[in-house]
Amino acid sequence: MSASAVFVLDLKGKVLICRNYKGDVDMAEIDHFLPLLMTQEEEGLTCPIMSHGNVHFLWIKHTNLYLVATTNKNSNASLVYAFLYKVVEVFTEYFTELEEESIQDNFVVVYELLDELMDFGFPQTTDSKILQEYITQEGTKLEVAKTKVPTTVTNAVSWRSEGIKYKKNEVFIDVIESINLLVNANGSVMSSDIVGTVKLKTMLSGMPELRLGLNDRALFALTGRDKGKTVTMEDVKFHQCVRLSRFESDRTISFIPPDGESELMSYRINTHVKPLIWIESVIEKFSHSRVEIMVKAKGQFKKQSVANNVEVRVPVPSDADSPKFKTSTGHAKYVPEKNLAVWTIKSFPVSGKEFLMRASFGLPSVENDEMEGKPPITVNFEIPYFTVSGIQVRYMKIIEKSGYQALPWVRYITQSGDYQLRSNF
Amino acid sequence: MGLCIIMLKPEVTATDEWKDNGPQDLVMENRQFGSKMTDSKYFTTTKKGEIFELKAELNSDKKEKKKEAVKKVIASMTVGKDVSALFPDVVNCMQTDNLELKKLVYLYLMNYAKSQPDMAIMAVNTFVKDCEDPNPLIRALAVRTMGCIRVDKITEYLCEPLRKCLKDEDPYVRKTAAVCVAKLHDINAQLVEDQGFLDTLKDLISDSNPMVVANAVAALSEIAESHPNSNLLDLNPQSINKLLTALNECTEWGQIFILDCLANYTPRDDRESQSICERVTPRLSHANSAVVLSAVKVLMKFMEMLPKDLDYYGTLLKKLAPPLVTLLSAEPELQYVALRNINLIVQKRPEILKHEMKVFFVKYNDPIYVKLEKLDIMIRLASQANIAQVLAELKEYATEVDVDFVRKAVRAIGRCAIKVEQSAERCVSTLLDLIQTKVNYVVQEAIVVIKDIFRKYPNKYESVIATLCENLDSLDEPEARAAMIWIVGEYAERIDNADELLESFLEGFHDESTQVQLQLLTAIVKLFLKKPTETQELVQQVLSLATQDSDNPDLRDRGYIYWRLLSTDPVAAKEVVLAEKPLISEETDLIEPTLLEELICHIGTLASVYHKPPSAFVEGSRGVMHKRLPARTGSGEGMECPDVGNAAGGSAPEAAPSIIPSQGDLLGDLLNLDLAPPTTTGPTPSTSGMQMGGMDLLGGGLDSLLGGDIGGSPAMGAGFGAAPAVMPTSLNAPVGGGLGDLFDLGGGVGMPMGAYIPPKTVWLPAMKAKGLEISGTFARRAGVIQMELVLTNKAMSVMTDFAIQFNRNSFGLAPAGPLQVLTPLGPNQTIEVSLPLSTVGPVMKMDPLNNLQVAVKNNIDVFYFSCQYPISMLFVEDGKMERQVFLATWKDIPNDNESQFQIQDCHLNSEAASNKLQGSNIFTIAKRTVEGQDMLYMSIKLSNGIWVLAELKVQAGNPNNYTISLKCRAPEVSQCVFQCYEAVLKN
Repeated sequence: MSASAVFVLDLKGKVLICRNYKGDVDMAEIDHFLPLLMTQEEEGLTCPIMSHGNVHFLWIKHTNLYLVATTNKNSNASLVYAFLYKVVEVFTEYFTELEEESIQDNFVVVYELLDELMDFGFPQTTDSKILQEYITQEGTKLEVAKTKVPTTVTNAVSWRSEGIKYKKNEVFIDVIESINLLVNANGSVMSSDIVGTVKLKTMLSGMPELRLGLNDRALFALTGRDKGKTVTMEDVKFHQCVRLSRFESDRTISFIPPDGESELMSYRINTHVKPLIWIESVIEKFSHSRVEIMVKAKGQFKKQSVANNVEVRVPVPSDADSPKFKTSTGHAKYVPEKNLAVWTIKSFPVSGKEFLMRASFGLPSVENDEMEGKPPITVNFEIPYFTVSGIQVRYMKIIEKSGYQALPWVRYITQSGDYQLRSNF
Repeated sequence: MGLCIIMLKPEVTATDEWKDNGPQDLVMENRQFGSKMTDSKYFTTTKKGEIFELKAELNSDKKEKKKEAVKKVIASMTVGKDVSALFPDVVNCMQTDNLELKKLVYLYLMNYAKSQPDMAIMAVNTFVKDCEDPNPLIRALAVRTMGCIRVDKITEYLCEPLRKCLKDEDPYVRKTAAVCVAKLHDINAQLVEDQGFLDTLKDLISDSNPMVVANAVAALSEIAESHPNSNLLDLNPQSINKLLTALNECTEWGQIFILDCLANYTPRDDRESQSICERVTPRLSHANSAVVLSAVKVLMKFMEMLPKDLDYYGTLLKKLAPPLVTLLSAEPELQYVALRNINLIVQKRPEILKHEMKVFFVKYNDPIYVKLEKLDIMIRLASQANIAQVLAELKEYATEVDVDFVRKAVRAIGRCAIKVEQSAERCVSTLLDLIQTKVNYVVQEAIVVIKDIFRKYPNKYESVIATLCENLDSLDEPEARAAMIWIVGEYAERIDNADELLESFLEGFHDESTQVQLQLLTAIVKLFLKKPTETQELVQQVLSLATQDSDNPDLRDRGYIYWRLLSTDPVAAKEVVLAEKPLISEETDLIEPTLLEELICHIGTLASVYHKPPSAFVEGSRGVMHKRLPARTGSGEGMECPDVGNAAGGSAPEAAPSIIPSQGDLLGDLLNLDLAPPTTTGPTPSTSGMQMGGMDLLGGGLDSLLGGDIGGSPAMGAGFGAAPAVMPTSLNAPVGGGLGDLFDLGGGVGMPMGAYIPPKTVWLPAMKAKGLEISGTFARRAGVIQMELVLTNKAMSVMTDFAIQFNRNSFGLAPAGPLQVLTPLGPNQTIEVSLPLSTVGPVMKMDPLNNLQVAVKNNIDVFYFSCQYPISMLFVEDGKMERQVFLATWKDIPNDNESQFQIQDCHLNSEAASNKLQGSNIFTIAKRTVEGQDMLYMSIKLSNGIWVLAELKVQAGNPNNYTISLKCRAPEVSQCVFQCYEAVLKN
């Protein structure tokens, strides 16, 4: 059904640690992994699934590690990848950094975790908060209190333990919207969407029931109340804790939250609003002598908002030298290791203001033979206090049987996601 | 991050540092990794007497020292050192109350037990003891580890502890024990069955704890997958309901197990299908991409059963698009899996994503494997509405640096031209622009696709030939060279220096690849036929190069053919060589429909990523039946009998003599004829009541039910889904003989020749069945399979209470209704009964494939016999394949799957044969005559969706001889299909 064995390899293909779950694939097969990958890399055609004979390798790369699952069945590939990413997440929570050293430093716990995360190829408990209740770094002594299976492991509520206590009951809600944009070289917007996430930091005692109200258009259409601005969400994804069938039937987002930080939901919205920050660029390349770059950045939003930490990253040829910059605001610098000119503006009013940056680079007289790609101009920014989509938290109801009063806090922020503008150089 | 917080409660003031506020980790205070000695120290001992030293430490009295020693052992094991010599010493540490130490010892055991099977027995006692430990963590740990010790000898000792754990009070132990059954089954299937663990496992599906249910489902699915005939996952509406309930409560992984299991179920009708879909759709909102894909799989499969005009069908289509699009924001590997699956979904149901072109636009930082897949989907979605955008994008990609991506982008432009006629001109000019870039591989790729464009739109874009010819010298890839040569040959009359161009290639003839040589040969012959005067020398040169100086048989043969053609009959040569070419199809790389259906059933799995059936890459799955989409079954009208409605107006009553019943049994027969198949749930309760009866066949409670209905319930008419309009209430009225004819008509209409029905044979001799003789045959009438039985009572006493049941068989044949013998069968009486069959019963591969095992019961006993049915009755009416699809499929099926048969001495000519075969749903798609030999190309579709393609060569003579080549993805059926050909053609 899924993985026969899971391996953690270093970049040279050496097995750091592994766990054989099913025993139907020879563990020595892993020796074929790196040679296969090398061959693919030479051909420039890597693929996350590779096979050798009737053994299939499904792999991901994380820092200086390869995580590889092997199988010889028609496994559920999406499950395997989702699981491998989950393993990364759990290990990272345990060891802060997941890399070669942290695996070696903690091999006993890694074994314990691998034992608990999957059984016979079936993923089991993968919630790191719950795992931390019974797989602890220190050797566990057989004191009854500590080694009981947390009922959470098998409960329907598998993400929250009972008996959590806070003096002050609060929940913090972050609504973060990332704007993805793709503009082609002649300036037309190819695609533009918003991916929003609602993140929670829950500091609530007991087993609270929460209900989140958004100005979701579908909800308002359903209830017939249509007050103020509503937003149509294209697709919504929820944390395991949200009752999906309830949402499906009446658009209510109801849940028992995980303790601490978690991502409650994410949504996607197709926008037709103008890109918040518009870039026009003219890049002229005079072979064998120089490159001239002119970039115009323009705020296009009606509201009086300010974008912080704006970074316009303009690609330059890899053999460029002697940079010269002139900017109307902010400052620009050359980052040769990334072949970029980066123009930073600390605070950028997005309502109609325009700024300019000029740069020139020298080019060697001997031309570089290698073809270079045409990386796009990318922009990073952050706009606090508001969401482009206009989504708003209308209410957050918190009900716990002890009847305490809890305070919900909300914060909005809009930031750049994959914000790419193709240049014509 | 910004600093402001907007409050919902205005009286509370904002605070800056709430991120760092409060108790960060409630349970993790003891987790100070940095300050602790790390485990890496265990890896450092590499001294010579290491093993010896470890041995001493393992046997130390001090607990702490012991533990340290075991850790060192595990560390050595981790780096691949052989520490198996320490087996007894490590196992001695097993009896400990330290959980961490215990886990390490268990880990060691799992690794080395196999190499030390005799010593592994030492561990058994501890396992047994641990399975009774008061701590559930230890019980579960023991049962989990036990199953991982794959030593045959000790497995039987583990049965008792496992049995206890399966009934443990703690769900954590039960869920672990459930998985252990699958582990044990993998080691010793027989043992698991004998011990009754499978039943216990089935019981766990009803467990109160969702996690236990999920693991039980996973374990059962796993076992069922390796034993496809075990019928373990006996899914029925009740168990499905349980699964759907558990779906809402279990972990994300459990949801995947359940969804994957649901995907194996075939709902009884469209309403059940819809209600399952309704309960599965909320999963599309799950954050885990794997849950989403598994839900998509269930929905794509069950949708197949919904009528397209249903509102819900449209709603469902709309609901599928957004989650599929969102999958493209997942991690790249998951995106890749999603894209490979979207590629299938777009082929199966293009309407889902037709408006979502933009999301497939390639981003600069996409990994190459994502880029290539996106391109593929872009082409599939290209249409007149979005072609401008697509082309602009493709042009952009074609100037990238990644060679494979660029090539594919150029090819894609060509494919757009072929697919969207209105865009062809723009595509061609884009390609010309690209040729101007002079980037070598771009030019070559462009020329290859332009050749296809010429094929698709003859006499339209030939003006660009001049530009193409300019690039002749830069072509160094065989495919591009061959394409260019083809162009020159094809348009030789418009290219002034065609002879020079071709001649230039001729110089290095022997260094060229076969592809180029063949193309060059053909091109020069074309040139000669067009401009014979100037090119005689050239053609002679190439013919001699091909025939005399080449070792390649293909090339030589082609050379000789041309040579002879040219020397014997130049006019014929012209007809052959310059014949009009068939158009090329719009879509390329389409997956053949049977395979596509199978792959849809495997969404999310490796098969869907490879676009290959699991049997192609999983060992030992050869004999496994291919998964397929369920057939559409309506609840209102019987879809299976589309022609019956016309029956009343039909003109040529053609009653098959075998089913004209004696007057007394007429009524019974009528009932049989139009009985709806069991998949059809009628709108009235009485119908479903009848089907329940059908299922409960050998139970006997059926007679009364039917007896009552015959008496004249008007609802009965509605139950005959097939022909409610034809016989509204006539059932109540006395039925005249004429009516019998009327109903037989159903069999005649739509089948000009009538399907072949083999003569009746004796299946069950009287002496074997206490006086009951059964003979019969099979027939297909108006799309309904009938088993026609003659029951004769050769005993002295009266026979009553007849009922019939089939064993599982290769094509899921099952009685679609009860056996209608209404009056008692007296001594020496004979009755003819025809029993409609459905193909939705349980499937098991039989040998021979068309073998059917039947049980017949009467008041005396139960009798068993087996018979073989002609596979032709499974040939469905919509088995006529599109020509293009036929061609693609024929090519796509590997040659290993082709089998050839001969039929001697047949008196039919090809025309008559074709007509006759059509009567049995063997459809002729194309006919070709080559040198007086007729070649017929035919397609057949079996009721389970398997396609069989056939080429029938008729060697004229008196009598004629036929050669049949059959190609099919499931070559097992070829023999049976051939038998049908023989039977049909010779009778």
